Amino acid sequence: MSTNLALAQETGTSRDFLTLKINNQLFGIPVLQVQDVLGETSVTRIPLAPPQVAGALNLRGRIVTAVNVRRCLGLVDEDAANKKMSIVVEQDNELYSLIIDSVGDVLALENSEFEQNPPTLDLLWRSVSLGVYRLDGTLLIILDIAKLLHSLNRPN
Amino acid sequence: MDDLIAEFITETNEGLQQLDTDLLRLEQNPNDKDLISRIFRLMHTIKGTCGFLGLPRLEKVAHHAENVMGRFRDGDLQVTPAYVSLILESLDRVRTLMGHIEAHSVEPEGNDADLIEKLDAVYEGRDGGGGGDTASPAPAPVAATPAAEPEADEHGFVPVRAASAAPVAAPTPAPAPVETPKPAAPAAVAVAKTDTAAAGGEDKESALANQSLRVNVGVLENLMTMVSELVLTRNQLLQIMRVQRDTGFSTPLQRLNHVVSDLQEGVMKTRMQPIGNAWAKLPRIIRDLSIELGKKVDLVMEGQDTELDRQVLDMIKDPLTHMVRNSADHGIEMPADRLKAGKPEMGTVNLRAFHEGGHIIIQIADDGKGLNTERIKQKAIEKGLATPEQIATMSNLQIQQFIFGAGFSTAEKVTAVSGRGVGMDVVRTNIEKIGGSIELNSVEGKGSTFSIKIPLTLAIVSALIVESGKERFAIPQLSVRELVLVSQKSENRIEMINGTPVYRLRNKLLPLVALSNLLKLENIDQTDPSRFDHKYIIVTQVGGYSFGIVVDKVFDTEEIVVKPVARIIKHIELFSGNTILGDGSVIMILDPNGIAKASGDVVSSNNENATGLSESMSDSRRKTSLLLFRAGDEAPKAVPLSLVSRLENIDLKDVENANGQMIVQYRGSLMPLLPFSPAVKTANESSKPLLVFTDRDKSVGIIVDEIIDIQEELIHMEVEGNVPGIMGSAIVAGKATEIIDVTYFLQTAYRDWFNNHGSEPFMNANGKAGSGRRTVLLIDDSPFFRNMLSPLLSVAGYEVTSLESPLRALELMEKGQKFDIIISDIEMPDMSGFEFAAKIRTSGNLWADTPMVALSSHATPQDIDQGYKVGFNKYVAKFDRETLLTALSQTLSQDLALEGRKA
Repeated sequence: MSTNLALAQETGTSRDFLTLKINNQLFGIPVLQVQDVLGETSVTRIPLAPPQVAGALNLRGRIVTAVNVRRCLGLVDEDAANKKMSIVVEQDNELYSLIIDSVGDVLALENSEFEQNPPTLDLLWRSVSLGVYRLDGTLLIILDIAKLLHSLNRPN
Repeated sequence: MDDLIAEFITETNEGLQQLDTDLLRLEQNPNDKDLISRIFRLMHTIKGTCGFLGLPRLEKVAHHAENVMGRFRDGDLQVTPAYVSLILESLDRVRTLMGHIEAHSVEPEGNDADLIEKLDAVYEGRDGGGGGDTASPAPAPVAATPAAEPEADEHGFVPVRAASAAPVAAPTPAPAPVETPKPAAPAAVAVAKTDTAAAGGEDKESALANQSLRVNVGVLENLMTMVSELVLTRNQLLQIMRVQRDTGFSTPLQRLNHVVSDLQEGVMKTRMQPIGNAWAKLPRIIRDLSIELGKKVDLVMEGQDTELDRQVLDMIKDPLTHMVRNSADHGIEMPADRLKAGKPEMGTVNLRAFHEGGHIIIQIADDGKGLNTERIKQKAIEKGLATPEQIATMSNLQIQQFIFGAGFSTAEKVTAVSGRGVGMDVVRTNIEKIGGSIELNSVEGKGSTFSIKIPLTLAIVSALIVESGKERFAIPQLSVRELVLVSQKSENRIEMINGTPVYRLRNKLLPLVALSNLLKLENIDQTDPSRFDHKYIIVTQVGGYSFGIVVDKVFDTEEIVVKPVARIIKHIELFSGNTILGDGSVIMILDPNGIAKASGDVVSSNNENATGLSESMSDSRRKTSLLLFRAGDEAPKAVPLSLVSRLENIDLKDVENANGQMIVQYRGSLMPLLPFSPAVKTANESSKPLLVFTDRDKSVGIIVDEIIDIQEELIHMEVEGNVPGIMGSAIVAGKATEIIDVTYFLQTAYRDWFNNHGSEPFMNANGKAGSGRRTVLLIDDSPFFRNMLSPLLSVAGYEVTSLESPLRALELMEKGQKFDIIISDIEMPDMSGFEFAAKIRTSGNLWADTPMVALSSHATPQDIDQGYKVGFNKYVAKFDRETLLTALSQTLSQDLALEGRKA
């Protein structure tokens, strides 16, 4: 199920998102796309892989590619000392583990709060964001997982 | 598509494939009633099902073809090549129609009047009687349509009738063909031989058919994946077990371990298919080719029953077809040229498959003109692949490797069949993709032999786990030749040429690739020579190219399940996949082909080890690789490396006792252990090196104190040994070294070790007779015993050439090589020792007078009689050292005396 489709088909008044934080910015992923949330896991490095690929890990017998979302968003790596969490998603029959800073709650967000990306947003961010929810005191960006991962498949 | 139609198409395709081979056999063996009826029945089934499913066009073609088959069956029409062509044409039509039905669910437009007319003409005897040597047997058809032939109405419901119901108006005179090109007699014999073998197999199959059921491949694939997962989980559990001993889980886990191993084996079996399936179309292709090109080609196939993984089979189908076609098109000469060259008019393409180690070897050999090295040289220079200077320094073998380059064809003109120069490179790529290798050996004027070596299965492979730059990697065991530990302070060191590391491996420079550089794992000062201190070199071979991969550490080997890498990293050629290890971590699998590509030019650096033929001939004048070790006392001991299957470090805690015998669980079964001598202490130590010897399914481990080195030496026995287990002493690496007698240990471990083998000569007395060393040709199909015997015989004073098959021996005879005596096993797969002797003893042969000694386990009086009858001079019961030794020297001295008298 692609995210676009999921949003387009929305008929109710609210949707559930898993919230997560990267570099203190709040992001959201449709909760149905999330397969797993992992604590810190040991990741095998993959030499010569693109810098966004952190490595591979074993999730109950399946090999999952770990993606450093910070690098995808053009951010610098955080202190290694900070414990990392990751969210496992499936895309085109392959599993990916998105390494992010921390995972928050699942929120039911009202459709009325949704807005398109501000056109002034950084191009890189705009390309992986589906839009913004206005929350109390903060803004939540909806991550376009498909686009985020597709951008990796293009060898750079 | 309708399920019924889908089922019908699957079934009919199988039937058609069967028909193809049957029909060709019919051509060579026209009087085989059984065969004719079978073809008839198959045609009939196709027709019947078509009628039922409402496929009128297809039904009509099958019906008319069946009529003709009916006449063959009733014996009132002789089968001629022209008729076979016609039947094949109808089959092709059936196939075209089926293809259309499969794609569009309906029959294509149009009709088959032309073909049907031809078939009817034959059926009614209007074709000029018996068919000449033309490909189209239907000259000017008479207008009359057969009255008895009910035309199908548009709905296709023609009454299904067997041919017996057809009018018997058929004219009887069906004269035997006069000008039919009959295959030459020897070829017919050869074909007939495979016929009987194949027919036997089919009878067995039809009996089996009742017990088999059709399973969708997808289901099997799924099953295989799950078993792979299970194996991984089992490995993880075992890993945990190793850390936490003595839990209540150990017993059920052991049980689980065995069940999973059995399950894995069972599921693997379901994926196995005889290679004959991939060959089924080849006879037809060769037949059509030979007609088209005007050549006479006989395709001899051996080892159709050799089984391999379905996935592998799919991958090699096309390359094989291509190569067989190449052999017939490029290899085999025109009949006239062959006669001029003194060869039989009929060329032979020999296709054989057999198991060797965990691999399948497929050989495609032709007796054609061989590769024209001069032309390849020219072409290589023309294409700028090499300079004339480079060419001048290359061996013929290296030059021949050029044909694997892209766009390389030496065919003078492009035929419809081959010569477009897209071929051998694709073949090689495809084979290497599945972890296989291809080797070529060609003698101009004599023919070419391609040997393809492929793994049995792709799903589970054995891999060596190594570490470099703190990361672990797996390397498929298949491409690992040996491991060398280097230290920069000793002689065993890596040298540098302008920063490029190389290593002297037995007097050859081995190019090296540092894995940490290649994978950009660490930032090390490239000029610092100490960076190579205490590293391992993994000597790897890709095709004919040997190179070393430098790594930091070498761990164990593990059975791994290859999983494809994620799409994101697909483009990295250095990895062939990834997997999960026993400890649960993910590990990348290195692709030796990719490393070779990334590190250097593969084609131009081929070394001469590449041929199968030269490798299989071991000459005692050549050096033997010896494994040096210490056990008990200080004196170094040596054993021929080729006999050792593995070196292990064994944890003595794992050793158990049964019946006073030390045993250990090893790779899923029990292996007996023997200390090399009582002086090897096992009581107070934690682990010991182990030499493992394996033959077929039996292994024995010999516990030693220390493994020293590998040396290449000429074995020249100086002092005879009188201690059991020691053959004698020789100088190895400048030191007196005891050469051990492996047979002694094998026999101590298994009394019946030799029961499965024909018989082997063992000589530890000095067999030197007359002046100079006598030459011995040893033929035995077991590689283990050949490897063991060569050094043993050479120790006894003979120069030994060992071969695995009498066929190879006959090749040598053709080349004019001579031997003083021939020792031959009797039970061998290709050709028995009896047949071999009979062949050699045919008068006029070079070896007709060479004394021969037979060795066999079947020493019944009848066998011995038979042995003498076919020309053996001595018949020695298996494994009887003394007798064999005496026999050998007696036979030789008789022979000498005879020669003396003659002189």
